[in-house]
Amino acid sequence: MNWNRRHLLDVRTLSADELGLILSTAKAFKAVSSRAIKKVPALRGKTVVNLFVEPSTRTRISFELAAQRLSADVINFTAEASSLKKGETLKDTLRNLEALNADFVILRHGASGAAHYLARFARCHIVNAGDGAHEHPTQGLLDLFTINERKGRIEGLNITILGDILYSRVARSNIWALLRLGARVTLCGPSTLVPKVFETLHPGIRVSWNLESALKDADVVNLLRIQHERQRASAFPSIGEYASLFGLNATRAGWIRPDALIMHPGPINRGVEIESGVADGGQSVILEQVTNGLAVRMAVLFLLNGGQSSELGL
Amino acid sequence: MSVVLMDAVTLGRVIGRMAHEIAERNPDSDTLCLVGLQRGGVSLARRLSVILSGILGHAVPAGSLDVSLYRDDLDRRVAPEIRPTEVPFDPSDRDIVLVDDVLFTGRTTRAALDALSDLGRPRRIQLAVLIDRGNRELPIRADFTGKVVVTTLQQAIRVHLTEGGGNDSVFLEDL
Repeated sequence: MNWNRRHLLDVRTLSADELGLILSTAKAFKAVSSRAIKKVPALRGKTVVNLFVEPSTRTRISFELAAQRLSADVINFTAEASSLKKGETLKDTLRNLEALNADFVILRHGASGAAHYLARFARCHIVNAGDGAHEHPTQGLLDLFTINERKGRIEGLNITILGDILYSRVARSNIWALLRLGARVTLCGPSTLVPKVFETLHPGIRVSWNLESALKDADVVNLLRIQHERQRASAFPSIGEYASLFGLNATRAGWIRPDALIMHPGPINRGVEIESGVADGGQSVILEQVTNGLAVRMAVLFLLNGGQSSELGL
Repeated sequence: MSVVLMDAVTLGRVIGRMAHEIAERNPDSDTLCLVGLQRGGVSLARRLSVILSGILGHAVPAGSLDVSLYRDDLDRRVAPEIRPTEVPFDPSDRDIVLVDDVLFTGRTTRAALDALSDLGRPRRIQLAVLIDRGNRELPIRADFTGKVVVTTLQQAIRVHLTEGGGNDSVFLEDL
């Protein structure tokens, strides 16, 4: 299997082989991160720009550390402190970064499709770090990695994604990755945030508004944060009501099989979508997801950096 | 065209001879360890380890090292598949023998020296190769060589071992 993509823009168009290559490469990078010397020279001399037009701390830090562990130089570019505030277009910003010989631009943007737009004329590698409600590819990939590492497979698993599906790019990237590798996905949450129309995307998707049935046969329960910032009108009466109807408390956690994983992309809102005891409990792999995110992002940068043809005799 | 350079019997004798040479040149055998380079060197290192254990009367540990992340051509080729690095000992203050099947440009060996340095500071590093096919691009030579073969850039060396699913044999092929 050869990697021939210049950009990582979404998970939806990745083949099963490409997903498998990302998983195996990430596994190797996870081993690198456990050594005394955690840095390798694979991206020596390359420049990675974190272009975060929408605020994010953990994804940016994860990409920053991934680039540094690969020996690349990193520049952080945030909207608050940039010329984007002065009226520069996104395209001009990219042109300027390319004029500085940036090799990778990691883009976080509030508009769905922003990364695809830049990729149309970019000379550098574009990595989508979240675009609107569209996709957050590396989050989907790190969730896939975590499930595969813990369960040893993806095919045939029942994955329940619980929460704000409508506005969640994490949900979309998860859905595409899991379906591609043969899992079944159940979407659950308030009907205003989990419309039935999602079932028309793929026969492997089931929409359920019944929390107990969605939890009890799940191999993995992936909780999503309520995206206050992306909801134009309130989709439910109050945070308290969401917590009382859909929050994962100890009673509801008891419906989940003892060998099932509980996941959350972070940042967690303790007492809203998940109770503290459950978040810190034995079935929670929330912090493993953070560790795996670093390995997956190193793998993505490493694979994109490759050239287009194989050399002789290697 | 394909020419047989070694059959199974010859290959076994050559590996045995290399093991004796390694034992002869490493009298402080307590600190001797083997590290096979992915992929071709890993099985060879394991075989040498078994033979050396018999010669020396104690276990000689063997590990595997993937040098992909240390290559100097990463942005010129498709990203290589990374295979496991498993070095089950601290290389610091040990006498390490790097093992590979074919020595060609020397660039893999250079990458291996960097990769190994990130795992520790060995007392000494030596290089053992089954086939030295010449055409070096770096000032690197092997300490232990199974066979020297004169080749051109239009030829390839194929080493088959039973661990990889074939019969023990070495071929010289025209590309």
